[in-house]
Amino acid sequence: MDTPAKTSSAVPPRAGVGLKAAHYTPILEQHPDIGWFEIHAENYMGAGGPPHRYLEAIRRDYPLSLHGVGLSIGADKPLDQDHLIRLKRLNERYQPGLFSEHLAWSTHDEFFFNDLLPVPYTQEALARCADHIDQVQETLGRQMLLENPSTYVTFEDSSMSEIEFLRSLSERTGCGLLLDVNNVFVSATNHGYSPEDYLDAFPIERVGEIHLGGHARDQDDAGAPLLIDAHDRAVADPVWMLYARVIGRSGNLPTLIEWDNELPSWQELFAEAQAADAILLQDPPEQQHVAR
Amino acid sequence: MSLAELQSGFIASLRTPSAAAPESLAAPAGMRPNRRFNVYRNNVVVSLIEALRSSFPVVERLVGEEFFKATARAYIDHEPPRSPLMFQYGETFGSFLDAFPPAASVPYLGDVARLEFARLTAYHAQDRAAIALTHLSTLPPEQLGGAEFQLHPSLTLLTSRWPVFSLWAASSEQQSAQDVNLDTGEDVIVIRPEYDVDVRCLPSGGYGFLRALQGGASLGEAAEQATQTTENFNLAHHLEGLFGLGAVCAVELRNSKQ
Repeated sequence: MDTPAKTSSAVPPRAGVGLKAAHYTPILEQHPDIGWFEIHAENYMGAGGPPHRYLEAIRRDYPLSLHGVGLSIGADKPLDQDHLIRLKRLNERYQPGLFSEHLAWSTHDEFFFNDLLPVPYTQEALARCADHIDQVQETLGRQMLLENPSTYVTFEDSSMSEIEFLRSLSERTGCGLLLDVNNVFVSATNHGYSPEDYLDAFPIERVGEIHLGGHARDQDDAGAPLLIDAHDRAVADPVWMLYARVIGRSGNLPTLIEWDNELPSWQELFAEAQAADAILLQDPPEQQHVAR
Repeated sequence: MSLAELQSGFIASLRTPSAAAPESLAAPAGMRPNRRFNVYRNNVVVSLIEALRSSFPVVERLVGEEFFKATARAYIDHEPPRSPLMFQYGETFGSFLDAFPPAASVPYLGDVARLEFARLTAYHAQDRAAIALTHLSTLPPEQLGGAEFQLHPSLTLLTSRWPVFSLWAASSEQQSAQDVNLDTGEDVIVIRPEYDVDVRCLPSGGYGFLRALQGGASLGEAAEQATQTTENFNLAHHLEGLFGLGAVCAVELRNSKQ
């Protein structure tokens, strides 16, 4: 049933973009020079149909990264076994070079809240997330990358920093990290800390992938700026600056342009990827970085 | 506070638009972070409204954007998703609309929603190759009456007391649904044999005939029923249409089944 992929699984340390149905045709017609594509796993969990046909065609020519948005790793309740099995099947079918999920939760009781809700940085949450990540890695038989969140609130009970929490999870479970630079900028602005300090303290040796995306601006209860992780526009200039700083420290890493809402034309999205490639290609190849 | 308590409290506030931000949240500058918390509430509702808009574009066109959003909000509150697969969300939107008092003046809305959900289901359904009508001529003629049809996995049949196909077709082609005569009902077949979802209005007798086949009746039994309930039921004509749509994937002869 499955067509063997012609292209190697490995995601190169170049720019890629989030794959959108609206761009299937230009991609297959133009065969752009782009390093890889990332898919939202949940969009390909149907039994068949055009999504799988297009994805198979694109996978023949490009490496793929599988990015889950619905696993709810930070939930107190056990992971959804059916969902885990669906992820395992997708992983086997498309052999993505990378698999990632979020430090967030989105399920409660029998309901799914279609957003990435924030996790308190407590010992109890750390243990629960670690168990869930162990379970994911065992089921899929591979390492996963865990993405730092963008947050709008913090919890009274939090007893450690976000970086300590992520580092501990990575050390306990062996998972890698996905560093979303836009999320760092959004959270740093929202909670009043320095994004540079955060990035400099981030366990960069555990990072296997970077995300870049656009954000919207709002105001909080005191009238202070509140940034929203909207993925509905181009990457902001300060985020590009932070990205260049990260790459200067880490060496080249697979870098995703995320644009999920108010979709641009394929050309505009491709241009964003080329802008990331321009920063990556300044790095000499021997600095290329391998996540472990 | 345990993680379980914290998450229950978070969700309780999330689902109550008038509620203050949960007690578990830190209060920067001594202020309850109501606006901050509201980002989550808003993200959940807006993303689900968007999911429903993309799944039910014709319903939205029929009632207008503002009415659709208000209706979607009520539905989301009444029936939040139970799965992270957004293309499965809205299965009950049709029955919700049937019973939604503000939509009472648009009584066909629920049927249009069911048609749109059938399209979405067809789009993501299992793939399977269809067989051609000529396949029937390879079978022993005396056994055809006992033949059972395996229909395409993407196929859905709908029957409506409203002209649901005409309403859907007029609205999806950006024409006005105003001119559609509401006096007659229509039956619809939705199917995706290859890339594109096909929506067709069934000729008289077609719905009952196909329902019988779908329910496991043999060709002879289904045709017999259709002949009794439909005047001038033309079996050859219906078979041509059915195979022409790519709706038949296999034919099993009863006496040859193991």
